[in-house]
Amino acid sequence: MTTETHTLPAKRDLPTWTWHLGVVAFAAIWFGIYKQLPAYSEWFTSLLPVDRHSHTDEALAFFVYDAPKVIMLLALIVFAMGVVRSFFSPEKTRALLSGKAEGVGNVMAASLGIVTPFCSCSAVPLFIGFVSAGVPLGVTFSFLIAAPMVNEVALILLFGLLGWKVAIIYLSFGLGIAVVAGWVIGRFHLEGWLQDWVKDIHMGSAAELPDEKRSMVDRYKQGIDSVKDIVGKVWIWIIVGITLGALIHGYVPEDTMVGIMGSGAWWSVPVAVVMGIPMYTNTAGVIPIVEALLGKGAELGTVLAFMMSVIALSLPEMLILRKVLTTKLIAVFVGAVGSGILVVGFMFNLIF
Amino acid sequence: MKHFKVLGPGCKNCAAAADLIARKAQELGVAVKVEKVTDMGAILGYGVMSTPGIVIDEKVTHVGSVPSAAQVKVWIAA
Repeated sequence: MTTETHTLPAKRDLPTWTWHLGVVAFAAIWFGIYKQLPAYSEWFTSLLPVDRHSHTDEALAFFVYDAPKVIMLLALIVFAMGVVRSFFSPEKTRALLSGKAEGVGNVMAASLGIVTPFCSCSAVPLFIGFVSAGVPLGVTFSFLIAAPMVNEVALILLFGLLGWKVAIIYLSFGLGIAVVAGWVIGRFHLEGWLQDWVKDIHMGSAAELPDEKRSMVDRYKQGIDSVKDIVGKVWIWIIVGITLGALIHGYVPEDTMVGIMGSGAWWSVPVAVVMGIPMYTNTAGVIPIVEALLGKGAELGTVLAFMMSVIALSLPEMLILRKVLTTKLIAVFVGAVGSGILVVGFMFNLIF
Repeated sequence: MKHFKVLGPGCKNCAAAADLIARKAQELGVAVKVEKVTDMGAILGYGVMSTPGIVIDEKVTHVGSVPSAAQVKVWIAA
């Protein structure tokens, strides 16, 4: 019996240099538009029949300026990170981390957590894969903490709305919490608190994949896919968040937040952390609210603690992890990360 | 007949991957078997850490993302 192989007509890609040029051109255009945004938003609101210093106008200006700005920043950075992530994979990370000593391992894991592509639905197989490859429990946790918390969406939005200093500090503290909390959990040697079936199961060596050679063009395409995927999911939340933020900005009187989240109330940081646990929004949605709250007198540390808590202590992810971790271990996880966030919150309030 | 297995705990990416393969096979008029594997033990048995994982005739071919339509067509036609 003869077998016929169907060959599909090969789709011809543009030559690589065209792609490189395209990326550069895109960046240039992007900067051009970005610089013009404040001017454009002023012009746009001046066209509307609204009094310049009214609440409505303030809210509108905030919205018209921030929405495109934030979405543009997001597109740029998600593209860049998409390309960076194409160089990493959970399999490579697992190989890098296997057998590493705690301490160094925690730092590596946290850093890798930022750049390794990771979908929360893979949390379970990834966890088991790591642990059975000899990656210490604490190191695995450092990875799992850093991955959702220190994500580029959060960083970019913080940078765009609050400036680069806040973004850098969020990045360093986020990594710090991931490293320290992971290391602390490791110290307790809680392998016994994994679910029983996990202790019995083993993942052998990671699957041998046929060599998926990736060219630079493939990586660019992956960047574009990331943008379509993430911005596609997130833009609605940005609009919602910015609308809420705009309303707060325009309509809520100054100093409303001072009583609740301002410097007088020492208990505001723990409350913020606790409030954040059951909440889970897309990172993108929460940040414009963060900015608006700050503008109304809330303290930076409290607000950031709230934000970190919302993102890092996410109920959905914890429910997924319930399959591999006993409730006790999850409690330890929440305790360690929660404490870390608390400390960061207090420190921020002291410094700023 | 090619036997495709889509490994994943049931999140929407895994469902999307399975749908994509079934659809493309239908478009190309090729009969294939598409099976969704959600049992964690089985998934790990293939050495897959990042889902969705695509296994073709017992060989792990792709992990970590929903494959592109073009990629799926190449697999079906090969």
